[in-house]
Amino acid sequence: MRVGVVTFPGSLDDGDAARAVRHAGGEPVALWHGEDDLRGVDAVILPGGFSYGDYLRCGAIARFAPVMRSVVDRARAGLPVLGICNGFQILCEAHLLPGALIRNDARTFVCRDQALRVETTTTAWTSSYQPGQRIVVPLKSGEGGYVADGATLDRLEGEGRVVVRYLEGNPNGSMHDIAGVASEDGRVVGLMPHPEHAIEPLTGPGGDGLGFFTSVLASVATV
Amino acid sequence: MTLDTVARARLTPDEPQPWADLGLKADEYERIREHLGRRPTSCELAMYSVMWSEHCSYKSSKVHLRQFGEKQPPTDALLVGIGENAGVVDVGQGYAVTFKVESHNHPSYVEPHQGAATGVGGIVRDILAMGARPVAVMDPLRFGPLDAPDTARVLPGVVAGIGGYGNCLGLPNVGGEVVFDPSYAGNPLVNALCVGVMRREDIQRSGATGVGNLVVLYGAKTGGDGIGGVSVLASETFTDSGPTKRPSVQVGDPFMEKLLIECTLELYAAGVVVAIQDLGGAGLSCATSEMASGGTGGMRVELDRVPLRDPTLAPEEILMSESQERMMAVVEPARVDAFMAVCAKWDVLATVLGEVTDSGRLVVSWHGETVVDVPPRTVAHEGPVYRRPLARPSGQDSLQADEPSPARLPRPSGADELRQTLLRLAASPNLASKAWVTDQYDRYVLGNTVLAQPEDAGVVRLDEQTGLGVALATDCNGRFARLDPYQGARLALAEAYRNVATVGARPLAVTNCLNFGSPEDPAVMWQFAEAVRGLADGCLELGVPVTGGNVSFYNQTGDSAILPTPVVGVLGVLDDVARRTSQGFTTPGQMIYLLGQTLDELAGSEWAHVVHGHLGGRPPRCDLDLERQLAEILVNASRDGLIDAAHDLSDGGLAQALVEACVRHGVGARVWLPDDLDPFVALFSESAARAIVAVPRSEEVRFTDMCTARRFAHVRVGVVDDGGPDGPALDVAGLFSIPVAELRRERERTLPAALGVAPGA
Repeated sequence: MRVGVVTFPGSLDDGDAARAVRHAGGEPVALWHGEDDLRGVDAVILPGGFSYGDYLRCGAIARFAPVMRSVVDRARAGLPVLGICNGFQILCEAHLLPGALIRNDARTFVCRDQALRVETTTTAWTSSYQPGQRIVVPLKSGEGGYVADGATLDRLEGEGRVVVRYLEGNPNGSMHDIAGVASEDGRVVGLMPHPEHAIEPLTGPGGDGLGFFTSVLASVATV
Repeated sequence: MTLDTVARARLTPDEPQPWADLGLKADEYERIREHLGRRPTSCELAMYSVMWSEHCSYKSSKVHLRQFGEKQPPTDALLVGIGENAGVVDVGQGYAVTFKVESHNHPSYVEPHQGAATGVGGIVRDILAMGARPVAVMDPLRFGPLDAPDTARVLPGVVAGIGGYGNCLGLPNVGGEVVFDPSYAGNPLVNALCVGVMRREDIQRSGATGVGNLVVLYGAKTGGDGIGGVSVLASETFTDSGPTKRPSVQVGDPFMEKLLIECTLELYAAGVVVAIQDLGGAGLSCATSEMASGGTGGMRVELDRVPLRDPTLAPEEILMSESQERMMAVVEPARVDAFMAVCAKWDVLATVLGEVTDSGRLVVSWHGETVVDVPPRTVAHEGPVYRRPLARPSGQDSLQADEPSPARLPRPSGADELRQTLLRLAASPNLASKAWVTDQYDRYVLGNTVLAQPEDAGVVRLDEQTGLGVALATDCNGRFARLDPYQGARLALAEAYRNVATVGARPLAVTNCLNFGSPEDPAVMWQFAEAVRGLADGCLELGVPVTGGNVSFYNQTGDSAILPTPVVGVLGVLDDVARRTSQGFTTPGQMIYLLGQTLDELAGSEWAHVVHGHLGGRPPRCDLDLERQLAEILVNASRDGLIDAAHDLSDGGLAQALVEACVRHGVGARVWLPDDLDPFVALFSESAARAIVAVPRSEEVRFTDMCTARRFAHVRVGVVDDGGPDGPALDVAGLFSIPVAELRRERERTLPAALGVAPGA
């Protein structure tokens, strides 16, 4: 099972995402922003970081990278894609996911072990979890406030596309406490928290995040 | 304006020059003329003035710092010692680690955000220039009183600057300190530490060797920022009058630095780098003169080739500019194309400026005309050296005589007063939770952070297969150093050493950042000399070599200097990070032992500071032999699985250590104080060489046998306890019981109350 991890200039958690794929039993494949070749991967992760310095607007420049043309094309055909933090911002900028991420209401960067509730287990990235399961995953972002218009929020809620929600306090002002959303077909997921930092107790708050990676391996295997 | 060439300087020997405005003394200017046999050109004057500034030349500290070399303990861990960009130590399994701490105090006072950000950027490039991948940072910070208006300006800016730069760079922030004291009100201390890792054979050097090899500048374009920042900002004391100094602070671009890191590591891997140095303080003046004098001896540079952000810059300004995110490399001509290809891949601008020569001269030209022609050693290494007068301050004796005896400072007595004192200390700025600060730092990036703040030391995994890792801690109690700078420096070393051992790491090497007032004040110079002597003696006694460091003078406003603050960083090694010990209690039923001897030592303590605003007496005694024994016990117990938690005793004593161990995971403890100690002394004394540990019952006999065999004082003082139906509490037998939830609330309210509660929190 080959899972591509894209490196943009300014990507920071690409190595961590690759490690998480390995821990889950998959084979990580490095993808470079400047090439549109996806090397035949079965799924793609857009990792956290500050692509291109995030100088215009988070994810706004990365969206136009050559690799993103292929990611968008293949995602529309069902390729599982997970965007984490900056990757979530890129997916929103690329219109693979609705809504946008704005500066935290606290105005400061927030790094904490965040409690979440898994709302939807029918996506390609959450099938390993139980509906309603409480997990703890690090959150670390300055622009993690999820916003969308009322109609979009209603649709996301109605269609069960809110994937994870913040528990025990909203850390950034996200509407409806939303920490992650999915595309209509459940193949593309964007997450503000970082499951790749919660794959083992030694280096994270626990192993709660590994399920996102085992989920996609299972989902690809069963297709 | 006329270009001041070397030829012109020869023809106009008597032209007046602004050496005084550039911070040079009359005799220093004369010395430059002697070195050159003529007056310097304006470019040469610029170079000498920045390179001979206190910040770059260490002219007041050099004669003292030599002790770190002279008293170096026998060691085979040191691969690169003092003098290079950073020292390098052998941590085993073929890995080498480099680490260093530097100050960015003055820029951070002028412009907190950018000053702190570029402090991180600078130390990261130092580590990168040694050949290492930077893997973690930490920041020892000191500010004025938490409730002072200027602290509300400086602290949030500094924290946002560190976070903004470090987070964007992708380096986990794993520790540091946040300390408040009135003496830092006009002189905040922003020290930045970075640690990096490489294979032993990949260490890079900075000497420009190989005649005909090319000199390449790469990274950001050069702009007008930070011109003269080194000499103007770091070598003068702030006064109320005078022009604003804002333009001298550099501006950082962490995205550029991230590209520079990845690009540079790829250049190393491609084997196309002969020598390398980062551009920091004194910019091109420093890089060219140091690389030339450290190598074959000569260099030719065409200054007009430097890519500029501001095309109006004069050659003097280009030489002095401290624009960030730049590196200089020496490359063989045949490998320049490969070098350029790697830079192009990362969109990093690279320009050949000149070549290495064997002329023994650093020659800089500007559009074909020679503007600098100097022996590089005279710029980089043969600057002035001062043996400044030093004198024990007249008030030192009376200060030390003012012991905090019960007659002088009333002590709490009775259960209720002790309870109130414990809570008041736990909520005091220096002991309160620092989450407001550290939650703005990414501690997870790179996925190798095993322990981070508020743990006793940061622990970073280096090798995923073997589990090899390093631990790092920085410490300094400036009040102890004020009472006795010799002992204060040793106590700072002892605490950092103890903290590293507490997490289970074997202490290996030392770095330091020596923050003091004006070296022109004999009393300050005495503090400095005593602190250096104490630290050098201490390192020899403990067998841990100093690998490098940094001196920051002139931290004073008017006549009043900061507390002498010799921040000491200790690096330790864990053969397997899975064996690390964390500070929090986890498992009810485990026995709590107090290791070490508690004496009536409250001079300079947090209690005396918070409750009485008192500073006097002699600091706790510092027995480094006891520290070593304690460290051996902690490291062995950690390795053999005899303990489940460990926490060092320092600021706030046993009381604060218990509070922190309980609050960490929300687990309580039942404690009984030793019979032979006054309860107040038992709870709040700050005697050194102590720690608490939680021992599983199954290991209790083995653990106590080990302590007994080593004749190390150990006494059972309690048991980890879940508290039953009322929830966990810290229960001190016969005195009081405080719910852990209340302790947490008290600890966590202090910083948000002063600095603003985040809207979403």
